[in-house]
Amino acid sequence: MATKILIPTPLRPFTDKKDAVEANGKTVGELLADLTTKHSGLKAHLYNQEGKLRSFVNIYVNDEDIRYLQKEQTPVSAGDTVSIIPSVAGGAPTTADIGTVRLQADRELPELTKDEIKRYSRHLILPEVGMEGQRKLKAAKVLCIGAGGLGSPVAMYLAAAGVGTIGIVDFDVVDFSNLQRQILHATPDVGKPKLQSAKEKLVAMNPHVNVVTHDTALSSENALELFEPYDIIVDGTDNFPTRYLVNDACVILGKPNAYGSIFRFEGQASVFATKEGPCYRCLYPEPPPPGLVPSCAEGGVLGVLPGIIGCIQANETIKLIIGAGEPLIGRFLIFDALRMKFRELKLRKDPDCPVCGTHPTVTKLIDYEQFCGVQSSTQEAPMSGSTTEISAVDLKKRLDRGDVLKIVDVREPHEYEINRIKGSTLIPLGDIPKRYVELDPSDEIVVQCKVGGRSAKAADFLRSKGFTRVLNLTGGILDWIDKVDPSQPKY
Amino acid sequence: MPETTKMQTLLVDAKIDGEIRRHGEETYPHECCGALIGTGNRVTATVALANTTEEGPRRRFMVRPADYRVAEQRATELGGDLLGFYHSHPDHPARPSQYDLDHAWPTFAYIIVAVASGKSEAMTVWYLKEDRSSFEEGELNGN
Repeated sequence: MATKILIPTPLRPFTDKKDAVEANGKTVGELLADLTTKHSGLKAHLYNQEGKLRSFVNIYVNDEDIRYLQKEQTPVSAGDTVSIIPSVAGGAPTTADIGTVRLQADRELPELTKDEIKRYSRHLILPEVGMEGQRKLKAAKVLCIGAGGLGSPVAMYLAAAGVGTIGIVDFDVVDFSNLQRQILHATPDVGKPKLQSAKEKLVAMNPHVNVVTHDTALSSENALELFEPYDIIVDGTDNFPTRYLVNDACVILGKPNAYGSIFRFEGQASVFATKEGPCYRCLYPEPPPPGLVPSCAEGGVLGVLPGIIGCIQANETIKLIIGAGEPLIGRFLIFDALRMKFRELKLRKDPDCPVCGTHPTVTKLIDYEQFCGVQSSTQEAPMSGSTTEISAVDLKKRLDRGDVLKIVDVREPHEYEINRIKGSTLIPLGDIPKRYVELDPSDEIVVQCKVGGRSAKAADFLRSKGFTRVLNLTGGILDWIDKVDPSQPKY
Repeated sequence: MPETTKMQTLLVDAKIDGEIRRHGEETYPHECCGALIGTGNRVTATVALANTTEEGPRRRFMVRPADYRVAEQRATELGGDLLGFYHSHPDHPARPSQYDLDHAWPTFAYIIVAVASGKSEAMTVWYLKEDRSSFEEGELNGN
């Protein structure tokens, strides 16, 4: 008992280009089941993941919409003609979407309590937010990577704005040197885990927000699992391995990455890893050589800078959730705090991108320390105690013994002003290539910086110029102060 | 694996381009929509359709089954095929939304024209990937 089914243009590639095919069944449901068995490519376009007919698929039996008959139970017989007719719909993102993001599993939007309505009233009277936008914020789940300089303003503004669930990943402890910019933490918090300090502040600010703490170092092993429950990931990391890790995990999971980074007086922001937009690797396929870009600990950062960039990340996150305005997708924002200028670069999705391109080569998370050329701690271990390094304690012993050692401090003059090893000579790393001639290759030389990174590079350079007796002070001046000379200030 | 290395190209000449832009500007701040008729990958005619959405035409468009039938009939009359649809994004970039993706049909070309403050700007074309995971941008060619 075959019934004729008319196939619309867009579905004909799945029916061998035929505009009409035949199938068997006593009801529309049976008929379509038979049809999709014969032409399996049709299934994904007719049915959603729950196995229900998609809302824009209309089935007509002899010019009558089955919605007004008995739906899929509508009986059919051999003489009937069944038509599949598309509704064509679309439109700019609206309140029904979450920007370019979709709330997971079409979460039901929660109602706002009376207290919440009062609290968010300045949002509610903005047509772009309104009750629906605010309910979306309440439904949204955002994960902040790090509760430091960028993570502080991001988490605070998201909490204040009423983002229902805010996750934070961090494993660090609050240090005095954080307080110049990490405004989630205050003087009494020094020594506390950042997560504890952050949660206290955020809950005090907005008790309606659920703050979820993840006390762990983000890694290739845990990233996918950690990100999974969240809608948007906010990258506030300060190093390249984690930045690539966050990017790749976001692309793999299809979650937008509200990206920000800061260095000295310059900040950057963008939204990466949306479905149609570029990712961090479209911009930077490869990390810079290790050591080329110093960390904030080495290079410094203006305290207010993460405030500005973090607020941009929070702003973009909120826009993605409520679906308002033009997201920072495909645009790379560069901010110069000294000149007070914003520049915007256009970014395109790279079809050859190894992660989000047409033929990705990176389809699972890799070893990002290795990818960025960073030595892992296990590789570093055998190095200490070698003939190329010296510890603060050993240096002190040798100096006390009367050994003649030339100590070269390769930091910047303003760092040297804060603290120094008595008798050291200042030659900033950048000047070493032209000033190394001031040094005597027959001397035993100890190079030193703040924590040992820059001095290792200086040591390598000197060895390449024929210096054979070069030692790097492990842990730099900080270790020296901790173990030998606690009278000096640290920075 | 779908063979998607090469961008799909849609040929849209100046006349068609102008028709789509004008329609978008006329209906601003509401969305416009219409059908694209042609042969192969060349658009030879457009059919402006009524926007029948009940969700607010500033942000949505909807082509009813009856209008869809009109579009297919018109394509047959003109001796062509229904190649896809166009719509405008008033004050919004010319890239597809999640709503567009959820409601997209395979093989159709979806032209989006951005209309900012009443003036048409970027125009793009998109095709649904076979696994419905996302759109792929195509190339609009003026020849």
